[in-house]
Amino acid sequence: MEQVLWFGWFRADIVSQYAGLFWRGLQMTIAVTLICIVLGTALGLAIGLARVAEGRHSPAKQLCKYLLQWPAAVYVSFFRGTPLFVQILLIHFALLPLFINPADGLLISGETARDLKQNYGAFISGVVALTLNSGAYISEIFRAGIQSIDKGQVEASRSLGMSFPRTMYHIILPQAFRRMLPPLGNNAIALLKDSSLISAIGLAELAYAARTVAGAYSRYWEPYLTISLMYWVLTLALAYGVKRLEVRYGRGDSR
Amino acid sequence: MDEVIRVKGLTKLYGRNAVLRGIDCAIKATEVVCVIGPSGSGKSTFLRCLNGLEDASGGQILVHGVAVHETKTDIDALRSDIGMVFQRFNLFPHKTVLENITLAPCKVRGLTYAQARLRASELLQKVGLLDKIDAYPNQLSGGQQQRVAIARALAMQPRIMLFDEPTSALDPEMVGEVLAVMQSLAEEGMTMVVVTHEMGFARQVADRVLFIDEGVVMEEGTPAAIFDNPSHERTRRFLSKVL
Repeated sequence: MEQVLWFGWFRADIVSQYAGLFWRGLQMTIAVTLICIVLGTALGLAIGLARVAEGRHSPAKQLCKYLLQWPAAVYVSFFRGTPLFVQILLIHFALLPLFINPADGLLISGETARDLKQNYGAFISGVVALTLNSGAYISEIFRAGIQSIDKGQVEASRSLGMSFPRTMYHIILPQAFRRMLPPLGNNAIALLKDSSLISAIGLAELAYAARTVAGAYSRYWEPYLTISLMYWVLTLALAYGVKRLEVRYGRGDSR
Repeated sequence: MDEVIRVKGLTKLYGRNAVLRGIDCAIKATEVVCVIGPSGSGKSTFLRCLNGLEDASGGQILVHGVAVHETKTDIDALRSDIGMVFQRFNLFPHKTVLENITLAPCKVRGLTYAQARLRASELLQKVGLLDKIDAYPNQLSGGQQQRVAIARALAMQPRIMLFDEPTSALDPEMVGEVLAVMQSLAEEGMTMVVVTHEMGFARQVADRVLFIDEGVVMEEGTPAAIFDNPSHERTRRFLSKVL
């Protein structure tokens, strides 16, 4: 294949030759990011609510503290206090085989397990690790967001006879969500970039595509500069989307 | 007359600090009771105990015969019959005036949106703010916000209204418009418990005045008895400062 040089230095033909690989990598990166944003937000909401759960009367009070608040705090502390890279390796090589194993998987075993592990092992591990990790960060965003809402809002809503879940859903979370949007946006951008770490366990996303190309040609500027640009465009798009949401949900905020 | 609220030996501790030290009182239907007293005397805490926003440390409160602080009491059902108006209004800032008023009637009372909307516009008419129906709370003055807050509480058609220093956060020129709404409510026969520093309002509108100090009801009686002829030394001293 004919060499194409840009600026007498950049081998554009390498990029175009592997366009399919980059394209599939891009799709995988976007898929993993979107799935993890959705799952991580759901998990983060659950853990965030667990961290602010308070019982009023005696049995519920202790139950909330020891079964919700404390486990949630330990969870957040662990996933924020250890490297994501180590978490990915731990989950892929230690935790996943425990649950999905041809011999004696706790969740799935036999031929299905073999197929699943072979074809989707890295994907599953990556999504699980990134979801668990971002869930910890997002729960802190939810907790701070919920706690930033004036107590008078809860009191006004409860005094109207609205239950606690209704108060959360109609009054607290919509207001908290508006304040949580900027940190949630930052988190989504971090998640997008962190997804590159999953290439270490062989998931064919953008970083993996770049590594493959680099290995084939022993050239590094072209593949890594290419994916850098792609990540950059993606993060800009995400930031723009968050900005739009902020404008849309900004009405009526008192601060 | 029917007794709607009965308080027996109510105590409230914050840590080792006793805020309420045994309050007994009864409030009858259609009665307007003003609660006065120095700041920090426990009068707001007392009011907030009546609908269970504060836990009681001891004693009992019966509202319509239902014990407020029993674990098995359906507190949401009880509260839906007790309107409350706060010092700082506490309107929902992300909702319009209309949405503030219709939310609870739709979700708790099961009204259709059309019914709730009709009720909301009637109440806004009554408090003189029909033209603000689509405004957001931060577009209203303090007095207007408080009137919306009263309309929001009334939309549940409560049998009792609690007011927690409803004019204390208002600029002086807005106090009158809120008091006027409260006065017309009293004239319609609403049962009201009002914690207030507005002695003129208490004298004019209240059927009975409770003077609370140091966590107990020091003295109670008709406005005339309390204001013109207080029997307790502490009441005299308090009134000499505020009148």
